[in-house]
Amino acid sequence: MSTLAASASKNASVRHDVPAVEVVDLTKEFRRRDRRAGRFARRRMPALKNVTFTIERGECVAILGQNGSGKSTLVRLLSTLLINDGGEARIFGHDAFRDTRAIRQLVNRVSVEASFFKKMSASENLSYAARFYGMPPSETRHKIPEILTKVGFPADRRREAMENLSRGMQQKVALARALLTSPVLLLLDEPTTGLDPRSKLEVQEFIRDVRAKHDATILLCTHDMAEAEALADRIGLLDRGELLFLEPVEDVKRRYDVETLEQAFFAATGRAFEEEHDEDDEYREVFG
Amino acid sequence: MSAIGARAGASRRATLRQELIGLGGIVERNIYLVKRYILWDLAFMIWTIANTLTIVFIARAVHLSPARENELATKLLVGAVIWAFLGIIFEFVTETVAWERWEGTIEYTFMAPLSRTTHLFGQAAFAVLYGLIRATILFFVVAAFIGIHMPNANFLAAFGLLAIASISFMGIGMMTSVLPLISPEKGAQLGFVAQGMMLAVSGVYYPVSVMPGWMQAIAKVSPATYALRGDRASVVNGAGVAWADVWPLLIIAVVAIPLGLLIFKRGERYAKKHGKLKRSG
Repeated sequence: MSTLAASASKNASVRHDVPAVEVVDLTKEFRRRDRRAGRFARRRMPALKNVTFTIERGECVAILGQNGSGKSTLVRLLSTLLINDGGEARIFGHDAFRDTRAIRQLVNRVSVEASFFKKMSASENLSYAARFYGMPPSETRHKIPEILTKVGFPADRRREAMENLSRGMQQKVALARALLTSPVLLLLDEPTTGLDPRSKLEVQEFIRDVRAKHDATILLCTHDMAEAEALADRIGLLDRGELLFLEPVEDVKRRYDVETLEQAFFAATGRAFEEEHDEDDEYREVFG
Repeated sequence: MSAIGARAGASRRATLRQELIGLGGIVERNIYLVKRYILWDLAFMIWTIANTLTIVFIARAVHLSPARENELATKLLVGAVIWAFLGIIFEFVTETVAWERWEGTIEYTFMAPLSRTTHLFGQAAFAVLYGLIRATILFFVVAAFIGIHMPNANFLAAFGLLAIASISFMGIGMMTSVLPLISPEKGAQLGFVAQGMMLAVSGVYYPVSVMPGWMQAIAKVSPATYALRGDRASVVNGAGVAWADVWPLLIIAVVAIPLGLLIFKRGERYAKKHGKLKRSG
């Protein structure tokens, strides 16, 4: 049995009678300084507006959106790193904002930045991270080399400081870190952004492999439409904090009577996918 | 025992085991980091020695009898070493947030199923151990350099009292470690403000009695006051651990640790509400 499946099956906090993710009217806003209204004035900036969706167990769902659309805010809310302002989110039946310990056992995340202690090696970074999930040295001694091999990380570089590794290599270690803890919900926030084409394909292939062989549900947030189409069962579009749709790609194209997702975005929003970038987006990028 | 009771007991044991492994993870990570930054730590150690020498040499300049000069040098040395020790604790505990934010790992640590109590306690416990080692080296290097004689010193008592005081220091450190959560840019520096203020009112290089009355009142709730008083008595006069120093430290610890945790958790909630855990990405 795979690491993921083994852990999932023995994990009592995974309920089988509920969806993997249930989000209802989820709302998040940030406050920003508004110099026009006065020195200490603040104004509310909505990052997510009444977002509602469900992800079934074992599904891979992609949420598309431009920079500042609220994708990272959504991932952070589901991984207990932000507190909502309204609505609710449940992961395998657990309230994401109250039952945080249970959620943290079930979820892991890969974000756009690899985020490691740069002077430490891949093995050291994975080792201490695994301890936080209750894995003793006797367990990680064989699991870390195993999982690094699985993500295609060269054995002779395991003890090298992270700062000497390429971005693609670091992202592989990030994937290994997420999988090492056997999450039943994997949150991927722009996992291939900034990677060279070869590394990008390797990471995408690995995501496919995780889906095929392990009992993991995947939420992929990306602005790469081709990646979303290639990996996901259903695709959602998050635009300025609003989820415009979440359905299979063919249904999206049929709904807007278009041939590509770019055209669907244009039909749904009236704007081209990459052209928008205003002051509020910059704010949302920083805080979202 | 009922089946439900047995299950609850097993679940508690599993949680405790996980927390202990997590605690080990915090210590393990800090050991890796100390190893990787050992040369920087040595450089910092040289700075600390130089800084301590600048204070202890004052005893030579006041033209006292050799015995009084030796006593003053010892008292200044104890003050300077405790200053350095507290500096390490505050630096490490405050870095709980600041360093992780700088490396970008903070979100991964905060989304791990490790209780914040274990997280902070692990960080603070390592800081105390590491601080004690460095403070001991600093003490003996400077004492040898200046040529201080401590024929009556009771080092075991001094060490023991510092260890007891460390529990309170950990609690206060936890309170200050929340500052980088509230102000990512300047919060870490504010930890040093707390350290300086605590030592200023605790008689770091002078007796508490020379301070104004209101400062003496504050000194009563500072753990450093009792650590400095007790350690000076042990090193200079060979006194044992005095209960008069221990009970205030224990009371302060009983208040400081839960208060530190509470303040940190409030700060964490604030950061999660306002999106301040991490500012990019």
